[in-house]
Amino acid sequence: MLIKIARPGDLHESDVTPESIYLSRRRFMGGMVGLGAGLALSGQTRAASDYADVPEGDAPAWLKEKIDATRWQAVTPSDPEQDRVAPFDDASGYNNFYEFGSGKSDPARHAGSLETQPWSVVVDGEVNNGGRLALEDLARPSQFEERIYRLRCVEAWSMVIPWLGIPLAEVIRRAEPTSKARYVRFETLVDPEQMPGQRSSFALIDWPYVEGLRLDEAMHPLTLLALGMYGRELPNQNGAPLRLVVPWKYGFKSIKSIVRISLVAEQPVNSWQRIAPDEYGFYANVNPEVDHPRWSQATERRLPNSLFNPNTIDTRMFNGYADDVAGLYAGLDLRKHY
Amino acid sequence: MDAQHRWRLWRLGVFLAALAPLLIWGWQVASNAAGPEPGRYLLLNIGIGALWMLLLTLSLTPLSRLTRWKGFALIRRQLGLWTLAYATLHMLSYALFILGLDWAMLGSELVKRPYIIVGMLALIGLVLLGATSNRWSMRRLGKRWKSLHRLAYPILGLVLLHFFWVVRADLGEWAMYAAIAALVMATRLPPVARTLPRIRYRLSRAQA
Repeated sequence: MLIKIARPGDLHESDVTPESIYLSRRRFMGGMVGLGAGLALSGQTRAASDYADVPEGDAPAWLKEKIDATRWQAVTPSDPEQDRVAPFDDASGYNNFYEFGSGKSDPARHAGSLETQPWSVVVDGEVNNGGRLALEDLARPSQFEERIYRLRCVEAWSMVIPWLGIPLAEVIRRAEPTSKARYVRFETLVDPEQMPGQRSSFALIDWPYVEGLRLDEAMHPLTLLALGMYGRELPNQNGAPLRLVVPWKYGFKSIKSIVRISLVAEQPVNSWQRIAPDEYGFYANVNPEVDHPRWSQATERRLPNSLFNPNTIDTRMFNGYADDVAGLYAGLDLRKHY
Repeated sequence: MDAQHRWRLWRLGVFLAALAPLLIWGWQVASNAAGPEPGRYLLLNIGIGALWMLLLTLSLTPLSRLTRWKGFALIRRQLGLWTLAYATLHMLSYALFILGLDWAMLGSELVKRPYIIVGMLALIGLVLLGATSNRWSMRRLGKRWKSLHRLAYPILGLVLLHFFWVVRADLGEWAMYAAIAALVMATRLPPVARTLPRIRYRLSRAQA
């Protein structure tokens, strides 16, 4: 049982619920009344109209069911003009997933054969209710939500992506963390047969890819365990079947194809910190004032862009989620804890 | 077809082959086949292209030694100038497509980022070599021309360092280019350089 004593400076859940969440809830409910239609029907039509040009996936029946019952647009960007959702082909064809190669199009090229069904996740460490969970058992008790988040890569580009998933907090609560649990550690699948990047003898990453969050970061309502995007299940190259999405941190924190979630007492060493501790820290909060040693983080290229319009925009503190998360870091020197 | 005509065709062929990648990448960008960040696509491809040009230029001397074929020496200046052209386009892609011609940013990046400084040094070296690649400079510089143009070797080192510092997760591709570079440079070590004509002799005897 986790006993959390709130410090005076701590935010209550009600304080950190983003305006867009409760506004969209109202909008959603208002829409329900106006339509007078069934919940599932409304959700379905909404998803279908938004993602008409997205290729249909191959989700198992239980996942299709969960997706159909999604609470659509539970979080939407506050500035929809600037934060326009990236085309599906860009979000699924241009990303980093080093298990499948180091080029931006390698994941899309090589991840197709990854076997994601069945999939299970080990929840262990400082928990009273751990064990190996089939993915459907991990996800089924929670309501799916659609969250349209900005994704800011540490390489100074960004995209806006509509994720589908469940709050990580709910999964952690069900695992019943003990009082010793202070951090959450995540691991990606290791399977060199399916993941060509793990066969490279020149890889700098010591597999498995590891990420970590402080427990309060993991419990934050914005932190999402995604199983889908663009109204369908995750494409393999985007971290199927289960990935983390932490929108106020650089993209590399949002670990893909998760097979293990451990509640731990000590701060985990994440993969990038292990490779280059002077370039990548544990926190990796988006911060325009702290440069990567090799490039500036003050701005970002919002993708897709075009040749003569790099679409450069100012990077915002905590990727624009400061109102929701700044309280987590009160008193922390963000220059030191980058 | 007389010999002079044939050599001209050979040089024209090399020119078109060196130009082709630029046309292909340009066409991919124009037809939206270069992904969501076409500027970076050009930047990276042209950068690797510049390294290829440099490696090809530096392989011409050992290849001539090995084969005695006159054609290799005839395209040396051209490939050297192609290296300069690719490197310049690589830098321009960075300034135009990544920084969006933000000169203040270019200035601050130039002082702050070691890999950019190293890349710039390599480019300055290439400009120096390109500017002295004409006959007039060769005559003016005399013996010093050859030692000046040995600058190509440290430039290759700088380019590999520039590339090395960009790598984030996997050194495989870099290691391949470094191995080719090591091979090209090894052919210039006196003992190896002396052996090349002997290999040619043996090969020609084996053929006969």
